Amino acid sequence: MQRIGVFICWCGSNIAATVDVEKVSEVIKQEKGVVFATNYQYMCSENGQQIIKNAIKEYNLTGIVIGSCSPRMHEATFRKAAQAAGLNPYMVEVANIREHCSWIHKDRAEATEKAIILVRTAIAKVLLNTPLAEGESPVTKRALVIGGGIAGIQTALDIAEAGFEVDIVEKNATIGGRMAQIDKTFPTLDCSACILTPKMVDCAQNEKIDILSYSEIESVQGFVGNFTVTIRKKARYVDENKCTGCKVCMQYCPSKKGLNEFNMNMNTRTAIYIPFAQAIPNVAVIDPEQCIKLKTGKCGVCKLKCSAGAINYDMKDEFIERKYGAIVVATGFKPIDLDNFNEYAYKDSKDVITSLELERLMNAAGPTNGVLLRPSDNAHPKDITFIQCVGSRDVSGCGKPYCSKICCMYTAKHAMLIREKYPDTRVHVFYIDVRTPGKNYDEFYRRAVEQYDVDYIKGMVGKVFPMANGKLLVQGSNLLDNEQIFIESDLVVLATAIEPEPSVRKIATLLATSIDTNNFLTEAHPKLRPVESPTAGIYLAGVCQGPRDIPETVSMASACAAKVIGLLVKDKLKTNPCIALTNENMCNGCSQCANVCAYGAISYIEKEFRLGGGKTEVRRVSYVNPAVCQGCGACTVTCPSGAIDLKGFSSKQIMSEVETICKK
Amino acid sequence: MQICYYPGCTLKSKAVDLDIQARKIAEKFGIEMVDIDKWQCCGAEYPTAPNETATKLSAVRALNYAKSHGGKLLTLCSACHNVLKRVNEDMRTNEKTIMKANIYLELNPEYRGETEVIHYLEMLKNIVGFDKIKSMVVKPLNRKVAAYYGCLLLRPSNVMKFDNPENPTILEDLIVALGGTPVKYSHKNECCGAYVSIKSPDLAKKKSQSITDDAKAFGADELITACPLCYYNLKKNCGENLKISYFTALMMEALGIDG
Repeated sequence: MQRIGVFICWCGSNIAATVDVEKVSEVIKQEKGVVFATNYQYMCSENGQQIIKNAIKEYNLTGIVIGSCSPRMHEATFRKAAQAAGLNPYMVEVANIREHCSWIHKDRAEATEKAIILVRTAIAKVLLNTPLAEGESPVTKRALVIGGGIAGIQTALDIAEAGFEVDIVEKNATIGGRMAQIDKTFPTLDCSACILTPKMVDCAQNEKIDILSYSEIESVQGFVGNFTVTIRKKARYVDENKCTGCKVCMQYCPSKKGLNEFNMNMNTRTAIYIPFAQAIPNVAVIDPEQCIKLKTGKCGVCKLKCSAGAINYDMKDEFIERKYGAIVVATGFKPIDLDNFNEYAYKDSKDVITSLELERLMNAAGPTNGVLLRPSDNAHPKDITFIQCVGSRDVSGCGKPYCSKICCMYTAKHAMLIREKYPDTRVHVFYIDVRTPGKNYDEFYRRAVEQYDVDYIKGMVGKVFPMANGKLLVQGSNLLDNEQIFIESDLVVLATAIEPEPSVRKIATLLATSIDTNNFLTEAHPKLRPVESPTAGIYLAGVCQGPRDIPETVSMASACAAKVIGLLVKDKLKTNPCIALTNENMCNGCSQCANVCAYGAISYIEKEFRLGGGKTEVRRVSYVNPAVCQGCGACTVTCPSGAIDLKGFSSKQIMSEVETICKK
Repeated sequence: MQICYYPGCTLKSKAVDLDIQARKIAEKFGIEMVDIDKWQCCGAEYPTAPNETATKLSAVRALNYAKSHGGKLLTLCSACHNVLKRVNEDMRTNEKTIMKANIYLELNPEYRGETEVIHYLEMLKNIVGFDKIKSMVVKPLNRKVAAYYGCLLLRPSNVMKFDNPENPTILEDLIVALGGTPVKYSHKNECCGAYVSIKSPDLAKKKSQSITDDAKAFGADELITACPLCYYNLKKNCGENLKISYFTALMMEALGIDG
């Protein structure tokens, strides 16, 4: 006979203000199997836990029910307390009378009645609980970082620093990401490449770091501590081990019309190319869309000129399988497409550019060697208008509802750099609000206004008109003066909203982790677990989780590394004992459970069964690998013969809960 | 084929040319525009107010008539088109308006926005087809024409669903079909001054001029519109600067139809 104890928490006034906790514990005392019931202000507190421990010992309890907040909050706390008092931790059930009851109801009588039902339901379940023991699984002491921008680079360096091996998988031909494209960084205006490229070199030279460039994630299997990942190494048609980065091939390549992605397509590059001077690895890659040899079979100049013999036109995509204990997603961002913003004439005029394009126009390694020239006629622009929030804070459906966070600062940076370098230029900035919180950030923006005389105009731009004289007429509103204004400009710069790199959707699916409506990956807790994904063993660094600048991204990357190191130092992980188990006598080997298992935990074995009378038969039955099963329960509801059940959540327990709820 | 047609007051008075030309062109393509029975005022600006019911009723009556007479309601005046299409959207999605209008008009069966409201230009594009028009051109235009859209056909874009509200192209496509060269200029959907011309004629004049100035600067010989109100403002304010025409006039010319 089970002996159940029930503990009702007030949660201060969170529960007690709406639920009559005294009445709940009084009514529950009368329930069959219940030998003890009480209530207390904070069950999760030291004192509250002591009440539970004492009751377990004093009343010889075989199972307990806590009526409190969601089990996501404190189930672990109460299980630990039970274990300390000698009770199996899986003999604890939590009835959620806060989120599911007191917080969502107003009527005290109704809420009290519902709380009683919820507690009764938990009692019905715990009566059928059985003691369970946690298993153990080993930890592969190697980490995977997806994305080789500043987020991925910093994470990898920190993990390697602690002595663990780490692989960076980067889809482009070089690591470096967006930060490599940026000219100067706010608020200190130091050169972006100068602070980034030493870190890129550190990655390349670190024995613990393996850079898999021009590679993508193909599939992911397993679970925390035990991921098996297949990586597609795309054919770059150049042998990475042989290429010396001498660039002779680039001098002779006759195909010169490929758009230069690194320079935001503002100039061209050869079909065989190294993305930029400081690329890591400093190895060429052939663009198959542009290569004459790969398209027509006739050419082969680069192979002829390559003294290292690195060119291989027959190269195929290669698949590598590796095992990891932890995975960090650092896939970064891209500026949004401006298809929905025809009013800014981005497509109609070459002189309407995005801020990232301006970065390249101002960079010494950019298409104009760092001289600011108008794209349409290479003239020096005298009037430059910046438009902020292009697609950010946009609830019309054309853009993104969120603030992209970095634009106010980089626009102030652009305005100042232009006024510094070309003092005869007039710079105007249209803004909705200027948002510059952060150390030395607001001071930075004020410098643009006060020292550099940048013309900040509160208001949005309605339209940019390309005029017959080649200039751009910017029509906007000045909300402080309450008037419509027109500015004839030579160059218009759009502070374009940023969005997560689109490939993150596929990666999120492969990792079975969640993503929000704007394609940002979801963190486990917005305040207390910001760098972990809800899927154990998956961590998030940089803009894949939300808009952020370089300093914040680097902090987040180091935080991820700390979490990963904390995981990899463990030799073994405790595994959840609430996993599926097959009743072999009922299983007919139909394979339906294996088909729905998202973790590949179910396989089939041939097993001999006694039939009586000395006869035996060999049957095919399902087998659940306890190290791989995650206890999701998909197999249990699929099995047509009810042969598979989830420990701790058996069909019998769930039916018993349902019956209790339905009982008058 | 016959199609239910809603003319509206302007096409029976100030813009009677537009009405006559449109009927003749349609006839050339085998389409007879049949006026709906006892049509009344579309309601002008008033029905677009969100909490209005009474002023929407005459539009609903026209829409309900078309429902049982072919299912389509053809419009030509941009303002009528805007009003009828927006009232129809309300009759599809706003349960309160649907209930009130149906009770008031004692409609049986209920009207719930089933009629398809189409503008004359949409008919030319989707029912006749610009290729067909091109094949029937006898006198190609051979001049540079600026297409001017105004606002009523385009906005609100999620209801009108006429064309890209920032960069529409249907009139340019028509100009090409008629053998003309469309002028690329940036004021093709700017405000003409609309009803402001009653209260502040100077402001309306400024707005109209910015349109024709830009079109001329980009080399336009002529500017066409589909909207009687735009035509009125542009003609009155800038008629001496640039030739202003209804798109139908160009079609009459290119297709060789006698006015």
